[in-house]
Amino acid sequence: MRFTTPTELADKSATLASTDRKIKKRVLVCSGTGCAALGAFEVFDALVEAADGAKLDLQIELAPCADHAEPLYATKTGCQGFCQVGPLVHIQPDDILYTKVTPKKAREIVEQTLQQGKVIDKLLYKNPETGERIAERSKIPFYQNQTTIALEGCGRVAAESLDAYLAAGGFAPLAKALTLTPEAIIGEVVESGLRGRGGGGFATGRKWRSCVAAEGDERFVICNGDEGDPGAFMDCCIMEGDPYRVLEGMIICALAVGAKRGFIYVRNEYPRAVSRLQAAIDACRAAGLLGDNILGSDLDFDIRISRGGGAFVCGESSALMRSIEGNVGEPRAKYVRSVAKGLYDKPTVLNNVETFACVPAIIRERGKWFRQLGTEGSAGTKAFCLVGKVVNTGLIEVPMGTPLRDVVFGVGGGIINDRPFKAVQTGGPSGGCLSEEHLDLPVDFDALTAAGSMMGSGGMIVMDDHTCMVDVARYFLKFLLEESCGKCVPCREGIFQLHAMLDAFAKGEGKTGDLAKLERLAEDVQVGALCGLGKSAPNPVLSTLRNFRDEYEAHIERKKCPAGVCQAITTFLIDAEKCTGCMLCIKACPTEAITGQKKKLHAINQELCTKCGACRLVCKDDAVVTT
Amino acid sequence: MTQILIDNRKFNAEEGETILEVARRNQIDIPTLCHHEALEAVGACRLCTVEITGEDWNGSTKLVSACLYPVEEGLIVQTRSEGVLRLRQTVLDLLMARCPESTVIRDLATQHGQVTEYQQFTDGSKCIMCYLCVRACAKLGCHAISAVNRGTLKEVAPPFHEHAESCVGCGTCATICPTGHIEMVDTAETRTIWKREFEFVTCKVCGEPLITKAYRDYALENRRLPNDYYTVCSACKKSELSGHFARLSL
Ligand SMILES: Cc1cc2nc3c(=O)[nH]c(=O)nc-3n(C[C@H](O)[C@H](O)[C@H](O)COP(=O)(O)O)c2cc1C
Ligand code: FES
Ligand code: FES
Repeated sequence: MRFTTPTELADKSATLASTDRKIKKRVLVCSGTGCAALGAFEVFDALVEAADGAKLDLQIELAPCADHAEPLYATKTGCQGFCQVGPLVHIQPDDILYTKVTPKKAREIVEQTLQQGKVIDKLLYKNPETGERIAERSKIPFYQNQTTIALEGCGRVAAESLDAYLAAGGFAPLAKALTLTPEAIIGEVVESGLRGRGGGGFATGRKWRSCVAAEGDERFVICNGDEGDPGAFMDCCIMEGDPYRVLEGMIICALAVGAKRGFIYVRNEYPRAVSRLQAAIDACRAAGLLGDNILGSDLDFDIRISRGGGAFVCGESSALMRSIEGNVGEPRAKYVRSVAKGLYDKPTVLNNVETFACVPAIIRERGKWFRQLGTEGSAGTKAFCLVGKVVNTGLIEVPMGTPLRDVVFGVGGGIINDRPFKAVQTGGPSGGCLSEEHLDLPVDFDALTAAGSMMGSGGMIVMDDHTCMVDVARYFLKFLLEESCGKCVPCREGIFQLHAMLDAFAKGEGKTGDLAKLERLAEDVQVGALCGLGKSAPNPVLSTLRNFRDEYEAHIERKKCPAGVCQAITTFLIDAEKCTGCMLCIKACPTEAITGQKKKLHAINQELCTKCGACRLVCKDDAVVTT
Repeated sequence: MTQILIDNRKFNAEEGETILEVARRNQIDIPTLCHHEALEAVGACRLCTVEITGEDWNGSTKLVSACLYPVEEGLIVQTRSEGVLRLRQTVLDLLMARCPESTVIRDLATQHGQVTEYQQFTDGSKCIMCYLCVRACAKLGCHAISAVNRGTLKEVAPPFHEHAESCVGCGTCATICPTGHIEMVDTAETRTIWKREFEFVTCKVCGEPLITKAYRDYALENRRLPNDYYTVCSACKKSELSGHFARLSL
């Protein structure tokens, strides 16, 4: 159906919402990347088949039904966040969360939960600390400290259905925006205090306003879905799980700045994001939500997907624009900003996926509402990908201002095996590592920058005491070395040399004085590089130097890796006092370097040991030590 | 017209001019490696870095590339501040480690003195990734070569390292290359470059190689030249003309 007025849209949304309200039980099968990889599609098919077999009235689309009917409804949603215990099945309105569901268990869900209304205990999440099963999703610690705005619909609505988005109130913000002047829309975004979620944290409203002020006969709106940070998948989840929200944010922006054409730049490694966005764009075109005269207004705006080759540097604004133009994705110096001279040298607004995803809620609830969440300088919420040595990994969204401690130990449930916390890395590859003393810092653009790290786009990697910070810096520099566009000397050659020095430290080949050399070069790359990649590339080095300097010194002066990671300077030994002779390490060793008998002291043959650390990982008594 | 300060001296500048243009016009030396007045600046070498500030900047300063930075009223530029010299040094040290074989770099390094030694590349490459060849080729309209790959693997090459299809063998890239990195072999009949061999058109008068056939065809097609434009070499054209004038003046 093609909407020609906002009223037609509102009517349709109301009808869909009333249908939606009649649903007696709603089965939300997570089909985010994580759960899909674990077999979520098979789970969904098994569920539908079993319901069919049981002759249940299970709908998979929102369809009008008789007044007295109480249909069941099942759908595939985007990432529900708790990927670690997927495939997830969330049942509403009871708020039951089933974890690690298999096709076989899906059939049980139909039989017991849908038919008999019983909760299946063994599929519930088990609190690792208390051993207790938690039935309601909202009582699971992982979900308890979260507030969702950008992820509002992700994991809650059918990812592929415009109807589902409309039933949940989607596109009402656009209809509202159409009644406002462009300046009023921008005013609302300014008022909200929204800052870009892609890394730089630039004030979004101000960016839109500068675009309007810039001279040009044509303007563009671009959504940055490049998401190059290793370990980050927030934007991917939003594009896959709630594509209409991103489109709506872009359309509202186009309305505000007067753009007629928009682009979404997505890496081709995100095939599902590409196909869902394309399907959503097609559906919006057919519904009169994209194209000429949107909802019967004067607004003409259309969006095209531009697929990237997956270069990290193509997430940088000027490189991204060159790439869309069909040129080599190399950054330019930004002495003239891209809001004034961006794509094809025309005024351009470039915002991140999550930034756009926040816009509909801001228009709906007003800027003031958004601003009262979060901190003075950082309003609203922020999505993170929580990964590393933390008990609960997954996709989360917390209010700005939440202390890092609450994220790592609250939402994240602490460190795996109760090992000591060592560091948390934020801000992606060119972010920084924060230590124990920073745990009470709030999640806030300025606070993280002041501590030597940055917000970045929202990667958060938790590290325990078995992580070597020299090795961490080396890892990120290796990534940046390969991803540097290679155009300017400080970045291309500087990162290479920084990495070479770290490599030498890891091999025990560092010399006294090398730290000063490392620091000096790191500072020079910071000021001398052409674009943001090079300017921020030394961050992993400088932040680890700042917070873990003694570890560098140990590598250089004593030729030792305190965390027992850098293989060339580490020896694995068994502590005779602690070893209980359980043989676990013997089984784990891939090179059969460990010998010993049950309940007798084990020993490591240094000739055969490859220092992989497998023994240390499995030892329950901390009897494997390194020197 | 705007006024800016470079090394404490006042200069007039046009709107849109770069710091480097103003400096060069006034004989202020700023070293460059990737700049060429006929080509659009890319800001690759960073050797031209200068320090800027403004009266209302509250004392904060910024290092920028002179070849790219457009001047603005009241801009204050230092071309030899401590920060500038340090970065220049680092850029040269890094390039010395990268392509010690290149004479341009060695000369500059001798002039400025090497400070820090970094791990040397031993591949013998002389390329400093200044992009002069790439930009010149694009400007001539051929786009036969481009910068490919990323990081330290970055290099100039034809697409997919295959022989350069749209190359016409004009040789501009090899001529503009400041380090002699681009290999071009000429014989009396042919020119070999980017894995392709081109036949020469020879001068009707002296028989010397004049231009590759492919370049002649390309130029005739794209530059609206008379069909017989490339038949006589410029030396012979000159002597022919001077003979002509000599006869006239008799
Ligand atoms: C090397 C580099 C990589 C970047 N990668 C991304 C990215 O993957 N996604 C993104 O949204 N922004 C990325 N950015 C930031 C963008 O340049 C730009 O600031 C951002 O997309 C603007 O949107 P925002 O204001 O909504 O954050 C990157 C920046 C740099 C320097
Ligand atoms: S993919 Fe299912 S929870 Fe993330
Ligand atoms: S001359 Fe300006 S960066 Fe090379």
